[in-house]
Amino acid sequence: MDLSQAYSMMMTDLGATLFLLIVAVSGLVLVVFDAFKPRHVATPWIAGLALSAGFVIEMMSIGAPEGLAWYDMMRTGGSAAFVNSLVLGSGALSIILTVPYLKKIGHNIGEVYAMILFATVGMLVLGAANNLVTVFVGLETMSICLYILTGFVRSESGSTESALKYFLLGAFSTGFFLYGIALIYGATGSMEFGAIRIAAEQSAGVMFWGGVSLLLVGFLFKVSAAPFHMWTPDVYQGAPTTITGFMSTASKAAAFAALVVVLWKALPAERWADVLAVFAVITMVIGNVIALSQQNIKRMLAYSSIAHAGYVLVGLASGSQAGYSGALFYLMVYTIMNIGAFGVLALLEWDGKEGSEQTLESLAGVGYRKPFLGWTMAVFMFSLSGFPPLAGFLGKWAVFAPAIDADLVWLAIIGVLTSAVSAYYYLRVLVVFFMKPEGENSPMAEHSFDIPRSSAAVLIACVVLLVVFGVTTFALDVTSGFFAADTVTQFLG
Amino acid sequence: MQPEMLIKLVVLLPLIGAAINGLGGLFVPALRNKEGLIGMIGTIMVLLPFLITVYLFIGFQGDAIISNAFTWMAAGDLTIGFDYRIDELSLLMTMIVTGVGSLIHLYSAGYMHGDDGYWRFFAYLNLFIFAMLNLVLGNNLVVLFLGWEGVGLCSYLLIGFWYKDRNNSKAASKAFIMNRIGDFAFLLAMFIIFREIGSLDFDAVLTDGLTMSQGSITATVLLLFIGATGKSAQIPLFTWLPDAMAGPTPVSALIHAATMVTSGLYLLARLSPLVLMAPGVMTVIAIVGAVTALVAATIAITQNDIKKVLAYSTVSQLGYMFLATGVGAFYVAIFHVMTHAFFKGCLFLGSGSVIHGMHEVEHELEHDGHGHHLDPQDMRTMGGLKKFMPATRMTFLISTLAIAGIPGLAGFFSKDEILFKAFEAGTHGIDVGLVVWVVGLITAFLTAVYMTRAYVLTFEGEPRWPHADKITPHESPWTMTVPLWVLAGMSVVGGYLGIPAVIAHGDLNWIHHWLAGEQGPVAEAAFEGHVALAVEWGLIALGSLIAIMGVWLGWRWYSKRGLSFDEKLAARFGGLYKLWQGKYFFDEAYDKTIVRPLIGGSIHGLAPFDKYVIDGLVNFTGFFTRGASFTLRYLQTGLVQSYAVAIVFGVVLLIWLMLF
Repeated sequence: MDLSQAYSMMMTDLGATLFLLIVAVSGLVLVVFDAFKPRHVATPWIAGLALSAGFVIEMMSIGAPEGLAWYDMMRTGGSAAFVNSLVLGSGALSIILTVPYLKKIGHNIGEVYAMILFATVGMLVLGAANNLVTVFVGLETMSICLYILTGFVRSESGSTESALKYFLLGAFSTGFFLYGIALIYGATGSMEFGAIRIAAEQSAGVMFWGGVSLLLVGFLFKVSAAPFHMWTPDVYQGAPTTITGFMSTASKAAAFAALVVVLWKALPAERWADVLAVFAVITMVIGNVIALSQQNIKRMLAYSSIAHAGYVLVGLASGSQAGYSGALFYLMVYTIMNIGAFGVLALLEWDGKEGSEQTLESLAGVGYRKPFLGWTMAVFMFSLSGFPPLAGFLGKWAVFAPAIDADLVWLAIIGVLTSAVSAYYYLRVLVVFFMKPEGENSPMAEHSFDIPRSSAAVLIACVVLLVVFGVTTFALDVTSGFFAADTVTQFLG
Repeated sequence: MQPEMLIKLVVLLPLIGAAINGLGGLFVPALRNKEGLIGMIGTIMVLLPFLITVYLFIGFQGDAIISNAFTWMAAGDLTIGFDYRIDELSLLMTMIVTGVGSLIHLYSAGYMHGDDGYWRFFAYLNLFIFAMLNLVLGNNLVVLFLGWEGVGLCSYLLIGFWYKDRNNSKAASKAFIMNRIGDFAFLLAMFIIFREIGSLDFDAVLTDGLTMSQGSITATVLLLFIGATGKSAQIPLFTWLPDAMAGPTPVSALIHAATMVTSGLYLLARLSPLVLMAPGVMTVIAIVGAVTALVAATIAITQNDIKKVLAYSTVSQLGYMFLATGVGAFYVAIFHVMTHAFFKGCLFLGSGSVIHGMHEVEHELEHDGHGHHLDPQDMRTMGGLKKFMPATRMTFLISTLAIAGIPGLAGFFSKDEILFKAFEAGTHGIDVGLVVWVVGLITAFLTAVYMTRAYVLTFEGEPRWPHADKITPHESPWTMTVPLWVLAGMSVVGGYLGIPAVIAHGDLNWIHHWLAGEQGPVAEAAFEGHVALAVEWGLIALGSLIAIMGVWLGWRWYSKRGLSFDEKLAARFGGLYKLWQGKYFFDEAYDKTIVRPLIGGSIHGLAPFDKYVIDGLVNFTGFFTRGASFTLRYLQTGLVQSYAVAIVFGVVLLIWLMLF
């Protein structure tokens, strides 16, 4: 290959991954900009615009056929574009919510936005990876930024503590992950998904499947599936609320997307389905059952996000095209619901303690004092518990139905039963919001606040999207298109 | 425009009207007292569909047109489209519904004047028309059932329109619950059909459905008939209709006389080929219809509330129609549905006009401080109204004569045709035909008597309300009298659509050709040979004689002796009269045998079961799950070391599962 040929290839690939370039360069610019103009009003704007631009670009390439870039290290178009849009959208909405939040808690730090951008870069690489090395690079870029974001409120001991825990356990699981990659490379001689599969289908021994096990450990840790979930409640509760919203959605979507692609493209279709089913059950049971006894809403939502990871695993365990597309659809719905729910919680924080003291009792009667927050929260809670006609219902259907088709009826039954349990803790939030009288010592009673328009717009957008995706199925049609049979053959051929 | 488009418009316009008046009134209180606007929107949204339907009717080529609005549901083998069907039967029914409906809307604009719920009333009324149109235009049983339930809902809303009076809400609930009993049977019938042939479209039901086993057909038709007895107020489910008079009078005219209560007959006519395959059930239908006709007619004689008389008269006339259905003369039943819509609509609206007038009297009495409580619906305090309300009187008289069956008026043609069909069936091997024929003749006589009684007590003689020399009612406004005149006119000419077969060999019997002709959607029982022409003329003469005699006797008795003749009747018939006056004690019997045991059983049997067993299980599950939650949360120690242990445990589990 001569130089000009390499150059033109590079330009093509740059074009295909333009969104990544925009976000990464903006992040670098922000770091410099913030050094000279600290706390400048333009900082969040630059970050938000960079993410929005990337979002628009990737939304437009969802319809494009799947392709590869950078010497087959990354995937473009199709499902990769879908996941990228999800991550970028989640990031953009989180930034809108974060601006007033940082002002309120009095830690208006400019680096936060740069870190969000860098975390997003990691997620984008992770979600669009086509090679185990890319997966690892993306995963680590994302994780390191998230460790920092979790702990950036240094004056708050809960925040710092959770950041440290997250880092220690994250490092621990990364060890397994890396060792898994090494074993797989040892067994197959490749790190590229398609090549791994071809090699594994010819011969897959203990070394290969051991490597896959360790690889899965890393993924299950990142998506907070039980019993690798222990960090989640502490981190979600300790982190600044809007950041929790961001990492509970975007990072989970990216990690799950990478897992889907690994299962779909890199592994032979055997062995792992039942394993995932077992972990789905453990995750759904632990997440939903422990959430019942939580008094702190943020912590409750952390367990709820564990439970939702279990639902997605149900879809993956079915190992079918419908299961994968259902999982992607579920991730999108889950992202919208959680951004909204954490957004409401962020607005309800009153004491600068980042919600670490935000118990159910302290929120009694909020629905009447702030009907807008009450009603939007009602939509998010109903959607999280899977009520039709909201998108949460269609999402559950999209992951449970393939499981039934794959003869995993017992799994679907456990899923439905545990999500029935979840109705208790979701609806209890609304009971507290609307049916409990405001306590005399309730901090809410002494503290009044305004709802910023930008935040209100985000919440309304989330509500509208939940209704739209709940009553229409076009998004589900889009995600099933990614895994249609011809795409697979095209890839394998 | 294409008929497919137009028919959607026909259905949609009343819904739009309901939405405008309902939502507008709900959210913009300032609109609520714009009576003229509300009434105009309500009326136009029914009048336009009527005009469109007439256009479709004129252009109708003879082939049924199916218009698919959208696919309602598709699940597995079941696909149900929101389909509308334009054919002879649905066009006729649509014209009745929208035609009579728009007149009654116009009437209501005057009648409901000054009511706080004016907007609500028109919203409900439009919604009713929408539901009714779904009922008669639907191309499958599910859309029909949607309309069926929709009219039931609107009936409930309108009977309980003045909901501040507890009795009205009770009457509304009674109507709804009675109807639900019938609806349940209807649902079962649909389940059977779907199980047997896997489709609920009329085309499929009337082709594949006919090949079902005899048992299935009998069960289906019987269940459909039970459904029809609920909606069309037949024994044993008729007791709601008299109570339904608690609603405003236009409602009684529209829903409880002209349209909704006839939907059971429409259903049986629509499925007539299927019904004909179940002769046993047809015998039941004929007997139930005849008995209902007679029972209701005898009750009507003893009633003093003008609307109650008309209500029982409606039940009786519906019985007539079922009688016709039972002897296989479906098109005649529909014919009577149509003529009945004219004269009973006119009678009800006339009674409304009378009540309107008597309200005025009541108000003035109160205003003058006479402190008299006057029931504006009680005929005992009326009398002599012809002086004050000439238009109301004239139209009431015409429609009274029409329902009595005086030759030349609408009721004569349809009633006579029913009796003739019963006789024809009776003389052609269907024994029940002659029995119901005799019952029908007796009922015809009773009908003439009680309707004449109602007319005479209301309009003839001297006024009987207090201070009648000073306080007098006035004629109603034009919005109310115009519909009266139109309906009275139709009561005169409407019958000529079905000129009996003795004249011109039936060539002039338009309705027969239209509905039951070679391509018509309505089947009929076929008999070998004809009834002799002389016999037919004889029957017509007999029917006319009975009608004239009824009217003449009624007139003589009541114009001479007035109310005191009722006492004479009571003395003459003794216990029988008490039975009539007590409405055969159906309500009391239902209360004793069904309602009380049910309530008692719930209180002493089901409530404890629910409380201790069901709640106990539910509470135990909840208690157990929460207990598990409180135990499991101790795993979350907060120590990062124990978290790492959990991860190691997970790794071991994962590797073990994967490798072994």
